Amino acid sequence: MWAVVAKEFRELRRDRRTVAMMILLPVVLLIVFGYAASFNVKDIPTVVVGPGARQAAALLRAPFQVNEVDPGAGEPVARDRLRDGRAVVAVVTGRARPLVLMDGTQLFSVQTAEGALGRMARQAGAAAPPVSLRILYNPGLTTSWVMVPGLAGLILVFVGTLITSLGVVRERQAGTLEQLAVMPFRAWDVIAGKIAPYLIVAALDLALVVVVGMGLFGVPFTGNPAVFIVGAALFLLVTLGMGVLVSTVSQNQGQAIQLAFMILLPQVLLSGLIFPVSSMAAGVRWISYILPLTYFIEISRGVMLKATPISALWEPIGLLALLAVVVLALAIARFRRDLAPGAGRAKARAAAREVTPA
Amino acid sequence: MSWGLADVRVRRGRVLALDGVTVPVGRSGVTVVVGGDGAGKSTCLQALVGLVEPESGTVRRPPKERVGYVPATCGIYPDLTVAENIEFAALAYGVGRGERDRRAARILGRTGLDQALRRLGGQLSGGMQRKLAVGLALLHSPELLVLDEPTTGVDPVSRAELWRLISGAAAGGTAVAVATAYVNEAARGERVVLLESGRMLASGSPEEILRAVPGAVGVVPGAAGGVPGAAGTAAGAGTAAARPARWWRRGPAWRVWAPDGELPEGAEPAEPDFDDAVMIAALAHEAGGAR
Repeated sequence: MWAVVAKEFRELRRDRRTVAMMILLPVVLLIVFGYAASFNVKDIPTVVVGPGARQAAALLRAPFQVNEVDPGAGEPVARDRLRDGRAVVAVVTGRARPLVLMDGTQLFSVQTAEGALGRMARQAGAAAPPVSLRILYNPGLTTSWVMVPGLAGLILVFVGTLITSLGVVRERQAGTLEQLAVMPFRAWDVIAGKIAPYLIVAALDLALVVVVGMGLFGVPFTGNPAVFIVGAALFLLVTLGMGVLVSTVSQNQGQAIQLAFMILLPQVLLSGLIFPVSSMAAGVRWISYILPLTYFIEISRGVMLKATPISALWEPIGLLALLAVVVLALAIARFRRDLAPGAGRAKARAAAREVTPA
Repeated sequence: MSWGLADVRVRRGRVLALDGVTVPVGRSGVTVVVGGDGAGKSTCLQALVGLVEPESGTVRRPPKERVGYVPATCGIYPDLTVAENIEFAALAYGVGRGERDRRAARILGRTGLDQALRRLGGQLSGGMQRKLAVGLALLHSPELLVLDEPTTGVDPVSRAELWRLISGAAAGGTAVAVATAYVNEAARGERVVLLESGRMLASGSPEEILRAVPGAVGVVPGAAGGVPGAAGTAAGAGTAAARPARWWRRGPAWRVWAPDGELPEGAEPAEPDFDDAVMIAALAHEAGGAR
């Protein structure tokens, strides 16, 4: 037995990435997720409209964070703010009972807001004005409605990143990547050729997940499918690019799976899929902003549940496009180096001459 | 015009993998790069096809679409069938359907793979995989065919078939560079380059290499046990013990190389063959005297 134990330790010592995963990762994950994993919503973006907006805004205390007070606006503006994701709670004054609208896609914020309103009413006693409460987009606060659009993205991260990286690493292990490199392909042909099938399969996968989600869980699709398709296409490009990137730094399938897992886990916990991004500690919240799933969730929940128009989603769409460009550029640069190790540096080496007559 | 490497140096990390290596690959001929493990054979061929970048020297090769290459790992797709592998190679090199079918039929017929069209590449025997790989590299009738140890681990019959394919390609006007660890295969080449630790030990036609063997070669038939000199049997103990590295065993007999032409006592003079030439080049290199 000791012979096996000693051999195993020797092998492990040489596989530094696995050792790092085993020792460092749990500590890092504990710290990051400890700060991120919080259902306590401290700030609820709120908008107050109607003639009594100023008075009502003055009454609102934390966790309500009043971002906009517009006495001249009415219920339509309040609904727009919720639909566009600018606010989670909107208070409409100027009627017998002030109307409080809440964005039902923000489960924890709505629950916190309901609790806070109840407390305010109890503190004010009989003096508290009765309010009408209406939860929009997800009136039953059904968890699956909120989860399915996000889970669709998570499944795509898994399929896109892991399967793509395995596809490329398989070529490396079989020695066929070397063969591809000497074939008359441009690096871009190879990358596009490798990505395209996965893009098609992942797109079909996404459609399937959304349709099954709608069928089984009754999740509505209220918005413009074209907006969803644009967001999904950009998101898929990022995840597939990450897959290629993972493959370029992995020598075998085991390493690719480890890395893909390291990319997947933060997206589960830090993208807003489970814990609201707004309740994460500022120190780890920035991680959410570099994760593509954060933006895809914003788009998919917005389009599916709230019919958010593209005009209100330009920010997540733009950021996904930026991520797609950065990730794909990195992936292509690294993959090109795999395919043609000398490309780009040959000129710097004046002593070497490669003669290829036409 | 011929292809090949001229005075090429390749560095892999801190290691100088090739040090001033010249490998001429003439048209309609086979150049064999011979060497042991780690000699630099693969690096040589990788530099020739552009997979590694030389630090200095000149590499001459046709454009990618006119090069056929088989890496040491074979390079066929294990999860595609033989027919699908052929189709992919044909598409990659822009070989039209009619031309592809004609050439594939000829290559498959020669290699006996026509009975295995529907088998997955990964399910073929090692020899069949090698034959398929060489066949794929020949599919587009390349000007330069580069084969990295195509016969390693292949049975003698398949090896003969592979060499028939390779010689046929050369006879058809293709310049061929083959790396091998089997010394006896070197004699099949028009030109031979002997490599050891990234340096050239010898280069030329097999006849030139044989003619250049310095000193004399002797044979001590049927000597059992250790080095004859050391055992004190055939040659004088002092002579052999002083030069133990110059003895080597071939089959039941011992061979000895005398750089000064004076064979030890008991050794019969022998005509050096190519195996001897390679061994002597390595011994001379070890002794610090290049060739």
